[in-house]
Parts: sequence; structure tokens; C-alpha cells
Amino acid sequence: MATVEVTFTPLPAHVRTARLVATAVARRSGVDEALLDEVRLAVGEACSRAVEAHRRHCPAEPVKIEMTDQGERFVVVVSDHAPTGTPAGDAVPPGANGYATGAGPGPAPGAAAVIHGADAAAMPAGFGLAVISGLADDVRVSSTSSGVSVRMSWPSAAPTA
Amino acid sequence: MDLKLGHYNKDGIEVVDVEGEIDVYTAPRLRELLIDLVNKNNYQLVVNMEKVEFLDSTGLGVLVGGLKRVRAHDGSLDLVCTQERILKIFRITGLTKVFGIHETVDGAIAAKKLEK
Repeated sequence: MATVEVTFTPLPAHVRTARLVATAVARRSGVDEALLDEVRLAVGEACSRAVEAHRRHCPAEPVKIEMTDQGERFVVVVSDHAPTGTPAGDAVPPGANGYATGAGPGPAPGAAAVIHGADAAAMPAGFGLAVISGLADDVRVSSTSSGVSVRMSWPSAAPTA
Repeated sequence: MDLKLGHYNKDGIEVVDVEGEIDVYTAPRLRELLIDLVNKNNYQLVVNMEKVEFLDSTGLGVLVGGLKRVRAHDGSLDLVCTQERILKIFRITGLTKVFGIHETVDGAIAAKKLEK
């Protein structure tokens, strides 16, 4: 089992770096080329969410991303240390704790809410996680008082003999 | 390249050319440009995304924000995009039902003229 860990200062500029590293590790793990765009987007969404949470609550704490080749699955976990239960922007949908399986591209997760929301510039809380659920077929969001972990995985090629 | 922005007027419609990646780091620049264009009374916008290499929900939020601003003046904001990798996030979020998405800038402009 190979693991790559990256921690980075919660600055928006570093989200792209995290995307690039995750895509490279995913490719090395044997994730199909057709899925790499989804990996890149999902990891970017999770990291963006974590960065915004840290900037709001704990800007001195780094965001952590762990990438693991688990044989037939490539697993990414993005963890933040922002306390949950605070207003706006924590972006953990109600009932998100535990296992949440995405079913691939599906109905609009709140498109109407996006258009008619109060703020012309902001997306509704949880929108990024909703996007992730449409990109990875295995998404788990774990929320504790000390932070949120978003676990995503994609199928990868089994190791050859 | 992070993000490169440009704009020009064609047939009374302001066309915004976007090149590069639109994410949490670069999206504020696009947001500022769209706000600036609306403040200068440009309410018919076409955003050309044919050279966009990455778009996430932050970028979607900027586009939606721009759409809402022009609609407040009975205007419109349409997109030009044929890249499946970019269209995917619009489909996942259902925003293909919200934005007019065209294959070319000329096609988007022609469609706007027909609406008038």
C-alpha cells in the first residue's frame, strides 16, 4: 500500500498544486485516463472547501491530503481542522456523516437554490460536496467537532504480477 | 498559466474570452471583470470558455453571480463551450438548464439577436 501525503498552508493558490499531485498519483496508481479529470475536479473541490474552512476558522493550520493506492481502489482523503457547527461555509450537508455513495452524474443538486439564493456570488453551502458526489462513486464525509474528512475513491488497475 | 482574461464588443454584445483555469484562486479575477462590465452598463454578455482548462464550483458561482447581475437589468449571460470536460460540471449541477451554452461565439451572438 503506497501513500502520498501532502500538507499545505490553506491558501487558494495551493489548491491547484494539490490537484496536480493527486492527478499524478492517481495516474501512477493505474486510475483510468478517462477518470483523471474527475479525480482532479473532486480533489480540487474538497481542497477548496477545506481551504475556505481553514481561512475562516484556523488559518495557521495546514490542510492535509492523503492519497493511497489500495490495490483496486485509489483513495483520497482531504482533512481539515475547522470546527463544525459554525455558521455558513462549513458545507457539510445534514446527515453527511458516515457513508454516502454517489451515483454518478444525477439531478441538479440545488441548481434552483443557486439561482435564487440571496448572495449573487456565493454557491449554497454543501454545493462542493454535492459536486464531489457526482464525480466519485464512493464518497464518505466524516464530521467531528475537530474537523471534517472527505474520503473519495476511484477504481484503479490491479497490480500486475 | 493560471487565468487569462480579455473582452471585446461585437454587434453590441460584450464577449469575454477566458483562458486557463478557473478555480478558488483565479475565480475572483473573473468575478471582478464581470462586475466591472455590468457596472459599465454591459448587460448582454457572452463568456467564451473554449480555452478554459479547468472549472470548479467556485467558477460556477462566479458565472451564476454574473448571470444574476445581468438579469437584474433584463440582460443575459451565455456561454460558449464544446469541451466535454468542462460541460460535465454543468451537467452534474444541472446548470445546463440555466445557461445558454453555444458552440461558437458567432452562434451565441446570433441566438441573442433572435431573442430580441
